[in-house]
Amino acid sequence: MESAAPLLTVRGLTKRFAGVAALDGVDFTVRPGEIHALLGENGAGKSTLIKTLTGVHTPDGGEIILAGAAFRPRSPRDAENAGLSTVYQEVNLIPSLSVAENLSLGRQPGRFGFIRWRAVRAHARTVLARLDIACDPEAELGSLSLATQQLVAIARAVDLRARLLILDEPTASLDEQEVAGLFRIMRQLRTNGIGIVFVTHFLEQVYAVCDRLTILRNGRLVGEHAVRDLSRLDLVAAMLGRTPEETASTEKTTRPQRSEEPLVEARGIARRGAIRPVDVAIGAGEVVGLAGLLGSGRTETARLLFGIDRCEAGEIRVRGTPVRLDSPRAAIRLGFAFCSEDRKREGILPHLSVRENLIVALQAKRGAWKRLSRQEQEALCEHYVRALRIKLSNLDQPIATLSGGNQQKVLLARWLATRPELIIVDEPTRGIDIGAKAEIEQLIGSLRDQGVAVLFISSEIEEVVRNATEVVVLRERRRVASFSGPEVTAANLMNAMAGGHVPHE
Amino acid sequence: MNDSLLRRVCRSPAVWPLAGILLLLAANLALKPAFARITILDGHLYGLPIDVLNHGAKILFVALGMTVVIATGGIDLSVGSIVAIAGATAAMIASHGVTSLPLIVGGALASGLAAGAINGLLVARLGVQPIVATLILMVSGRGIAQVLTDGQVLVIRQPGFDFLGNGFLLGLPFPAVLAMAAYAVAWTIRRRSAAALMIEAVGDNPAAARFAGLATDKIRVAAYVVSGLLAAVAGVMMAANIGAADSQRAGENLELDAIFAVVVGGTALEGGRFFLAGSFLGALLLQMLTTTLYNLGVPPAVAPVPKALLILAVCLAQSDRTRAWLSQLWRRSP
Amino acid sequence: MKPVLRRRLPLLATSSLLVALFVGTGLCYDGFFSVRVVVNLLSDNATLGLLAAGMTLVIFSGGIDLSVGALAGLVSILVATLVEAHHVAPVTAAAIALVGCGLAGAGMGALVHHFRQPPFLITLAGLFLFRGCAYWLNTESVGITHPLFARLAGDAFEIAGHGIPIVALVLLAGLAIAWTLGHECRFGRNLLALGGNETSALLMGVPLGSTRIWVYALNSMFAGAAGLVGTVYTGSGNPSFGIGLELDAIAVVVIGGTMLTGGRGSVPGTFVGLLIFGTIQSAILFDGRLSPWWARIVVGGLLLAFILLQRFLVTRFAGRDGNSA
Repeated sequence: MESAAPLLTVRGLTKRFAGVAALDGVDFTVRPGEIHALLGENGAGKSTLIKTLTGVHTPDGGEIILAGAAFRPRSPRDAENAGLSTVYQEVNLIPSLSVAENLSLGRQPGRFGFIRWRAVRAHARTVLARLDIACDPEAELGSLSLATQQLVAIARAVDLRARLLILDEPTASLDEQEVAGLFRIMRQLRTNGIGIVFVTHFLEQVYAVCDRLTILRNGRLVGEHAVRDLSRLDLVAAMLGRTPEETASTEKTTRPQRSEEPLVEARGIARRGAIRPVDVAIGAGEVVGLAGLLGSGRTETARLLFGIDRCEAGEIRVRGTPVRLDSPRAAIRLGFAFCSEDRKREGILPHLSVRENLIVALQAKRGAWKRLSRQEQEALCEHYVRALRIKLSNLDQPIATLSGGNQQKVLLARWLATRPELIIVDEPTRGIDIGAKAEIEQLIGSLRDQGVAVLFISSEIEEVVRNATEVVVLRERRRVASFSGPEVTAANLMNAMAGGHVPHE
Repeated sequence: MNDSLLRRVCRSPAVWPLAGILLLLAANLALKPAFARITILDGHLYGLPIDVLNHGAKILFVALGMTVVIATGGIDLSVGSIVAIAGATAAMIASHGVTSLPLIVGGALASGLAAGAINGLLVARLGVQPIVATLILMVSGRGIAQVLTDGQVLVIRQPGFDFLGNGFLLGLPFPAVLAMAAYAVAWTIRRRSAAALMIEAVGDNPAAARFAGLATDKIRVAAYVVSGLLAAVAGVMMAANIGAADSQRAGENLELDAIFAVVVGGTALEGGRFFLAGSFLGALLLQMLTTTLYNLGVPPAVAPVPKALLILAVCLAQSDRTRAWLSQLWRRSP
Repeated sequence: MKPVLRRRLPLLATSSLLVALFVGTGLCYDGFFSVRVVVNLLSDNATLGLLAAGMTLVIFSGGIDLSVGALAGLVSILVATLVEAHHVAPVTAAAIALVGCGLAGAGMGALVHHFRQPPFLITLAGLFLFRGCAYWLNTESVGITHPLFARLAGDAFEIAGHGIPIVALVLLAGLAIAWTLGHECRFGRNLLALGGNETSALLMGVPLGSTRIWVYALNSMFAGAAGLVGTVYTGSGNPSFGIGLELDAIAVVVIGGTMLTGGRGSVPGTFVGLLIFGTIQSAILFDGRLSPWWARIVVGGLLLAFILLQRFLVTRFAGRDGNSA
């Protein structure tokens, strides 16, 4: 198998968006009959690579060779015709049509535009039987479980005489049994000689089903390895861009500080499909880190704490009193604040001005009729623009015209203006430049000194180690370890995230 | 300073409807120089510009409510039906021997409030798409109005009621005064409270607005209630103007007039920023167009033709594709 | 529940409602159970039925068309004017009208597709345009003296001893065409795919542009046919013909179990919805005490009930499998 001619060869692939390289000279090789994991944290360039392969983006440099011939897809249709099919996490089928119709849409058997339904159903039965997928071809797709929908999508993709199948995070919302079913089909396809590119955040799954893996980081190739040659710890270190030896030397500068009673304490909060029962306690003047790889349940935990999603189990106490958190409003009234990781979709009000974006949370707390006067608004804005060194030309420019780092600072200022007792920051430094990163870390430190409780969520281990006095590690939607004080080291965290030796609990 | 003011005015979305109004004014003056003449009779102002304000009052009211609804990212197709319901309610109350003006008007306004609340609850609480939710009342509303008036044009005899449609205040027709007052109130609320910010936040990015602690559901319900209430005001005014409730014709096609006024005024159908002055001028532009056509001898029934062409032109001009195309053209020719 | 059964659930619900309504009305009013009443149900609602048939296809695609009533009115006065004032042969006049409708619809579809404008807005503008043009041709109704029209209106096919008027047959033919297009052709499946999920449909190889433009063109031709049938049925061309019918047509489609959000629905359901609508109107007419306007209110209530039912079904089915996120 190692000697087989590669099915797909990518050499020096480069793609820029507005001058920023999303892919920078990436090499990537997939052989027929192998399952190849494509790994990397957010912003590593995985999705750009996939979109370039499937013809959504056109590359700025480099070459793609599919089955020995140069390959320049101009659309996903193009790619499919050449034998490269993709199944996305959000199933790209029509939920309101039947399974059989979904399998044949766009290429139904029949003449003069008429459909031969008998042939459609027979075809569906054949395709489903070939992959051993148990579902009624007459069932409406949307009424099936997401796992089955996923399998139907794979069946459709493979039915296009695919030679290379890209599975983009197909397991993100499946349970163990469903994942096993998916793996069975992936192995079967491998036996048929199809090359599979498998994107996932679950390291267990990489070791369970994959033959080789490629790691990307910040748009660059970190390495390609045979799965059996790479330990979990090395894999995590490579994804996070460090070596295990280096991590041992990181110095611990934060001082542990224990207040008698935690300000906010969550006990066994859980939600199906999001996070299994997890405990988190945050004291005033404490920075608690929530660490874990992408998809480990970090954001899901934060959403429960902020009342965006309802807890299905467990309780949340503030200063020892159980509270009802059924909306962000309720959380804000308790003095909570939440800086979302998805700035664009959940943070900024893109067409409104910087000033309006900054005051909106405070104004929401005060109500519509107690308006902050223009002078108060400007004083507030100027204070934060100075304190956080926000770069802008004027307060009335739309926030969408600011750089990512400055947008993030405005969003932080939005919450600081409400004088929160607990602030949850989810990936506050993602996608912003290094200078702004340092400033945001500084700010978090000063908040801690002012006695604010901080829940700090990040996938950058060093950042967590630098800032947090206590860290809860999540892996595959459960709490796997927690560290405090001197135990908060990169090595410990990485171990726990990788699922290796766990010193505590 | 002068330069920046000029630039600000040019960039304001109200500039387009204003230009349209001036253009129509010029055309009218060229055709009939008497157009702009305003005469004073018994201390009341008369003349075509006054007529435009007077007859435009109903569009002004409905467009104000529509502006708020559209700003939250919704749409209200039921305003025409609500106009009919409000008029019918007033007539029904009056026909039952009630002579108290506050009761008649209050009843009519309450019917608008209730209709708006139904729309708002369907949209905000039950998650029905705005077009679909307001379509229900658009379909059944006129039926309700007809049942209230028993399918007849019901005459309302109440001396005070007539004033609401035909009276004069400060020399100007009462409906026009009230419409301008409504915009003044709206403008004051916009300046003095944070309501506008909240509405715009909900329309601009509902998820972010919710996460920032805004009661997005309540804000949306409130928008539809305001729209229903203002449509009811327009309904009372129209009933008062003709002294009767005409369930069949009252408020017919008013929903498109209102949407048109809002869109021409620069408020995007996707929601977010809204422009009160733009909607005000947009509504007047529409009435001006109708009056001009009437002056030209075009039968009122045919008047929708140029209106429809104008709205299609405005929509296409504002579409992203046209803008991209134009900016490309701009760049190519230096 | 078997999947096949569950997919048919909305249609079954609508059909049971029709049976209950029909039997209930028949028990309340003497003489309701007669072939005459049923035949009248079809011929009285032929215009509405044709509009609803076309509207079903548009709603399949996730769109809506508010201009159909006005277009029917325009066709009505146009054909009458052509035949009476310009002595054009009725068949030629009808052909001109239908082709014109197709072009107008294609134009609206193109605006919706290429300029990404909301369908309700474009077709609302179309409503104004068509109605205004109708009044432009003539503000009064025009009686048609051409003998062909009288013959068409009076003629009936004898089936089992009962005369079935031509307009009723045209309605059935229109529904059959809509059914073939919607359920037996790729075109119909492409419509549903477009309404179900536009991005997926594009990725699955559905030609979005031509599908969308064709469906508006077809729908406008259905509206044209409805206008012709109305002209034959009333024996005159009337510029105000069809006011408000677009709303009735949408109501009929929704009551028939088609989702207003697109992607799911059936033409047979629309037929059942039409019969429900007709039965309610006949019942109110038979009663004689209620004002005919109650029909609109009852229809509005049914519309509300069915929209809420659809919401409920969608959220429940999605929630059942835990994939609502």
